[in-house]
Order: sequence, then structure tokens, then C-alpha cells
Amino acid sequence: MTPPVAQGSIRRRLLLLLLLVSAAMAVLLYFVVQSVAQQVAQDSQDNILAASARSVMDGARSVEGSISVDLPYSALSMLDSVTDERVFYAVWLGPEFLTGYRDLPRPPLRDQSTMAFASREFLGEQVRIVSVGRPFAVHEGQVLVEVSVAQTLSGQRQTLTEISHMALAIGAGFFAISAILALLVARSTIRPLDLLTASVARRGPKDLRPVSAPVPHEMVPLVASLNTLMQRLEASLARSEDFIAEAAHRVRTPLAIVRTKAEIIQRSVTKAENRAALREMIHAIDDSSRTAGQLLDHAMVAFRLDNLAQETIDLSALVQDSVERLRPISEIKDITLMVTASDAATIKGDSILLQSALHNLLDNAVKYSPAGSRVEVALRCGDFGPRIDVRDTGAGFADLDLERLTGRFERGTNSSGIVGSGLGLTIAKDVIEAHGGQLRIGNNPKGGACASLLFPWS
Amino acid sequence: MREFAFSLVLMLIAHCAAAFEIEDHRWFGADNASQTVTILSTADIRFFAPMIESFLATNPAVAVDYTVASSTEVMRAIHAERRPFDLVISSAMDLQTKLANDGFVQRHEPDGAHVMADWAVWNDMVFAFTQEAAAIVLSNKVFEDLAVPRSRQELIALLRENPDLFRGKVGTYDIRQSGLGYLFATQDTRASDTYWRLTEVMGGLDAKLYCCSSDMIDAVEDGTLAVAYNVLQSYAINRQDTGRFTVVLPSDFSTVMLRSVVIPNNAPTVEMARLFLDHMLGQAFGPTGNAALGQSALDQRNEASLHRIRLGPGLLVFLDQLKKRAFLQEWTNAILQP
Repeated sequence: MTPPVAQGSIRRRLLLLLLLVSAAMAVLLYFVVQSVAQQVAQDSQDNILAASARSVMDGARSVEGSISVDLPYSALSMLDSVTDERVFYAVWLGPEFLTGYRDLPRPPLRDQSTMAFASREFLGEQVRIVSVGRPFAVHEGQVLVEVSVAQTLSGQRQTLTEISHMALAIGAGFFAISAILALLVARSTIRPLDLLTASVARRGPKDLRPVSAPVPHEMVPLVASLNTLMQRLEASLARSEDFIAEAAHRVRTPLAIVRTKAEIIQRSVTKAENRAALREMIHAIDDSSRTAGQLLDHAMVAFRLDNLAQETIDLSALVQDSVERLRPISEIKDITLMVTASDAATIKGDSILLQSALHNLLDNAVKYSPAGSRVEVALRCGDFGPRIDVRDTGAGFADLDLERLTGRFERGTNSSGIVGSGLGLTIAKDVIEAHGGQLRIGNNPKGGACASLLFPWS
Repeated sequence: MREFAFSLVLMLIAHCAAAFEIEDHRWFGADNASQTVTILSTADIRFFAPMIESFLATNPAVAVDYTVASSTEVMRAIHAERRPFDLVISSAMDLQTKLANDGFVQRHEPDGAHVMADWAVWNDMVFAFTQEAAAIVLSNKVFEDLAVPRSRQELIALLRENPDLFRGKVGTYDIRQSGLGYLFATQDTRASDTYWRLTEVMGGLDAKLYCCSSDMIDAVEDGTLAVAYNVLQSYAINRQDTGRFTVVLPSDFSTVMLRSVVIPNNAPTVEMARLFLDHMLGQAFGPTGNAALGQSALDQRNEASLHRIRLGPGLLVFLDQLKKRAFLQEWTNAILQP
């Protein structure tokens, strides 16, 4: 089976997307906090500047028709209360310069009673300037007194640096939390898929029941298709097993009749060459009927595996039983079939299936052993559970590829000339694996094959 | 070389004299020193010499060129004429602040070894290294039979009760000439109204006006004056050993001036300037700082009655042309009574 081609990962893609979004949000947050902070810092500086300019304006009064400005001490000292700032001011009476810094840029006033702000450079440093205006009555009529106050930005800069660091920390913290959440979200999103995968993977090879566990809405079509597929597969499997069993059954009865007839004829035939031909015929009929029998066995095994019984089985009795059943055949071939060890062991399982498995192994051993040799069966309780070894002194396995040998209708490369269907090892393997154990094959050091059924403790 | 350096100094002095007015000048250290710190200062040589000598003790390869001028002349030299000096030391905090505010001064990151008080630094440009109070100096001869006044109110009462005794024998700064006198006067008016009453009383007694503290102390010593108001306490204490006068810090409030130092933008040897400045701050705030600069006398006093002038742009207010003109007008009217 070719492994599925993996392209991308849902979890990784989800995680990446979430991380990208959180990174974008964190950067956005940083800039928003920064710009809000800048605005707030600017506003608060503007407020102080405006208060200062107004208090200078309050010191302006019209005395006998001319304007005098008495600069209040607090007007300038208030600008320096939190951080050390350089401070500049200028007072203009219409076009006439009254006092302060003559070169200080003045943001133009839109109308006479408003204030205007500007950021400029003055005397080597960036400053924030406010201008306020107020009309005064003098001899010549009305004149606009304009007060400009400016301040360096070290306090604002300091505040901004602090807030910028804070914004950076907030952004980073936000991103860290989002990353953790993204990880959790990705994991929890992918979890039903993992669960489904696990539940499908956990199934035995013959388990084709539909998936009944609840799945998220989005996965329902997938699971539905999967269930349909399995249903079809199961139906198709069942059909072919049924078909094979039916066919085998139908073939076996006529074969038995044909064999009986052939034997009767053989006895009445006197001509040697006809006798030989009939013997070959009977041989071929035996072969076919054994195959049919094993096919039936296999079908029976397949059926029973689906509903495995859990009865307590005495393994030594089972071994003894199987050996006794095969003894007539082995005696015909003059093969000594003997039980060399029989420890007490019980397991849970289906005795008919296990008997069939052991029978197939013994049958193989007897079949592939030359006349006059020995087949030994041993039941031992090792550290890992009971095991049944079947040893013969035949040719042994030509190759030890269990996968291939236990394939249906596969036969060993050195088995030509011997009657066999190639289903024996398949049945043994299916049965022992259904019981949680395993089939092991090998060759004895002194020649001959060894097949073992390894059971788990139950 | 020695002659050359000396003539150079003479030329410099001559050159400077052409513009701003020098009161005193001295060269400290070896004539052939590899580097020179040029200092323009309002502090008398006698007063500042210990600071220079302690600097030369650790930096023998450096010479100090020390020039003394009045605070107004210092302002003119730097602000108007842009003379190159490494350090400018002045008692006129307002003028020092204005130099810094108007961009004539460079910032300095003080050597972190000593912890400076908050009030002692402005904008990393102006560094205070002493705090000195304005005191009243009383002639012991005149006050033999009189109770020594402890506050301005008591002084006013005393002057009013004995006009004949004090006529022509009270003195104070001519604040039109002295930057420090102007600073003390303006800060006094911020603290209390008694300053104006006192000025009027002194004006009524034909007060004599002086350019500087030393002259006032001289006048008290030689008997010309009975009372000198707003004299630098540190100068007075330095000369108290003659036993001819008593120094009083008024108990209602004492205006405390911070003598400060700045590094002008056009300082010729900035590295030397920073080195010397750090030395000054070490002397003033470090653990080994000496008390020669008049700090110990202040420490014993109650902080509450100290009116320490705050460095900052508030000081610019009384430098405002209109404000200053109005203040001087009012003061002149009070002190110079027809």
C-alpha cells in the first residue's frame, strides 16, 4: 500500500495564520497606544502652555491708554514644574514688539480671541509654541495684544519614551498571550480529527463497523463517506466469503461422490495402467476436496473472528485433542506424532478456531515430512505466555517471509508435488492474531521446519 | 615660552578689557602646563582658590586661568560678545539660567559618583555647587549698646527708632549695577512685602549703594557703615575673624542663592571643562567635599526659613525688559528719596 502523500498541515497552517493575525494586532496595538499617547502628551503640554500664555495675558493691562505687561512669576515657572524645560516668550502689541524673545516664531491666530499652536525649531531645539490674542482698547482705538509662549519638548519626549516602552511591553505581552491561545486553539480545533484518526487506527484489521462517535459538523461528510465505504467493503467481503464457502460446499459433496465411485471402480479394475490412472484421479480429487475443506475452514474462521468467543480453554487438552485427531493420517504415512511437553496453561478464546489453527500447523508438518520421520508438539509456558511449537524433520521453509507465506493461496517454493491449498498458515495466523498472539516460523538447526503459536497471558 | 604665555595672558586681558570689564585675574599652576582651563567667574579669587588648588593637586599637568568680573560683565562677555571660556561661574542664577535657556550653554552628564540634589541641576546645563545666604552684617561698634535685630521687622523698627544714629550708615547692593543684588532684591519681594518697607526706610536714611559684598564688608569694618543688608554670608564669615562685625541670618526668611557653573557652547577645551566641573560637583556633593564654600553654616539652620531660589525659567521673569524696568523704577523711587 502506498502511504498517503502529506502536503501541509492544518494545525501548522492554523497556527501560522493565528500567529500572523496576533502579530499584526500587536503591532497595530503598539502604534495605536503610541499615537494616542503622543496625542495625550501633546494635549497636556498644550494645556500647560495655554495656561501660561493666558496668565501672561492676565498681566497685561491698559494703563492710561497704553498697554503694560507685568509678567507673573508663575507664568514661566509653571512650565518647568515637572521636567526641566527651556522656555521662551514674546509679547507683541499689534505690529510692535513689547518684550521677550523677538525672534520667537508666532503661530498665526485665526481670529482675535483664539489661540494657535505650532511646533518649530528655536535656538537649536524643537519647541512647542502657543499664541493667544486679546484685543485692548487704547487711545487710537483697538489693538491686539499677542502673547506667545514656547517650551522645549524634553518632558514630552520623556513621557513618550516611557509610554513607548510600555506600549512595546503591552504589544509583546499581547503577542505572547495570543501565541499561547493560538497554540491551544489550533490544538483544540484539530482534536476531533486526531480522535477520529485514533479511533480508526485502534480498530482491528477486520473491524469494519461504522464510526458512531459524535464528530463536529464539518467532519460529518467525511465520516459519512468513510462509513459508506466501510459498509460497502464489508458487504463486498461478506459476499465473496459467502460465495467461496458456498462454492466449496457445493464442490465438496460431488467430489466425495466422485471419489467413492472412483475407489469402487479402482477395486474392480484389473489393468495396471487403468489402476494407476484411477489412483492419480483419486489423488487429484483429494487435493480438490482438501482445498474446498480449507476454504470452508477459512470462511468459518473469518466468520468466527468477527464475533470472537471468550471461553476458557485448557491448552494441553486442546493440543492432545488435535494430535489424536491427526494420528490416523500420520500413522498412514508412518510418521511418529508425539507430544514432548505439555505444561498446564489456560487462555481465553475460541477453542474451535484455535483447534483449526493447530490442526493446520500439524497437518502441514505431517504433510511435508518424509515417511518414518517424527513430528513433535510441545506446549510450554515461557516468560511471555504459553507457546505451542510444532517441529518436523522435513525440508523446512525455503524462505522465511511470513508475510508472503501467510498470504492466501501462497505456498512455499519447495512444496511442489505435495497436496496443499496454501491456506493453512493464513488460517493459523489470522486465528492467533485475533487472540492477541503471534505466529512464528523458522527452521530447526538440524533440519526441518518449526512453527510456533505464541499466546499472550490472559 | 614662559614669557610668551605671560604676554599672551596680558594680551588677552588687554583685549578683554577693551570690551567687558575685568576685576581680577590669576594664573594657577605651571606656566608650561599642557592644558588650560579658562574660567570666567564672579567669585573672588580668595574665595575660589581652594577649589582650584584641590583640582591642581590631582591634575598637576593642567593650569587654570581664572578671570573675575561682575555678574553683569560676565553676562555681557558670554551673551553679547561670545567670549570663549571653558567654564562660567556666577552667583547670578537668573543670568546663568538665561544663558542656558537662550542656548549659549552645552549639556553635561555629571559623573555619577556623587548624588546631586534635585534643586542643584537645571536641564543638565546649570549646576549649583554652593548655596549661600544673604545676610545682614552689623557693625559691632555701633551695636555695642543696641539689641541685635534678628529679623527684618526688628531691623525696620530699629532703623525707625534711631534715624540719627543710622543716617548715611546703612548700605545695600546697587541693584542697577549688581546682578546678584538684583536677584536678591527680586527674590525678597517674592517672599515678603517687608523688603519694600525696609527699602523705603533705608532710602529715608540716605542709604549707600555698593557694587559688591566685599565692599560692603569693608565699609562695615572701617566704620563707614553700621548696617549692610543682603551681604553674602559666606564672604562675611570668611572675614569675621577681625571681630568687628556680626553676621545675622534674618529669622523671618533667608534668601539662599545657589552659585552655579555652566559650560558655554564655545568652550575651547570642553574635556577639561567637564573634568573641572565634575571636580567641583565632587567637592560640593561628594563624601570628601570640603566645607570651604560656606555650606556648613547653612546646614545648621532650619530648612523652613530658608528661601532657596529655584533654578528654572521662573528666574527669567525678572530679566524681562519691561518687568526689570518697572522693578528698578520702583526700587529707585524707594531708595533714592529726594
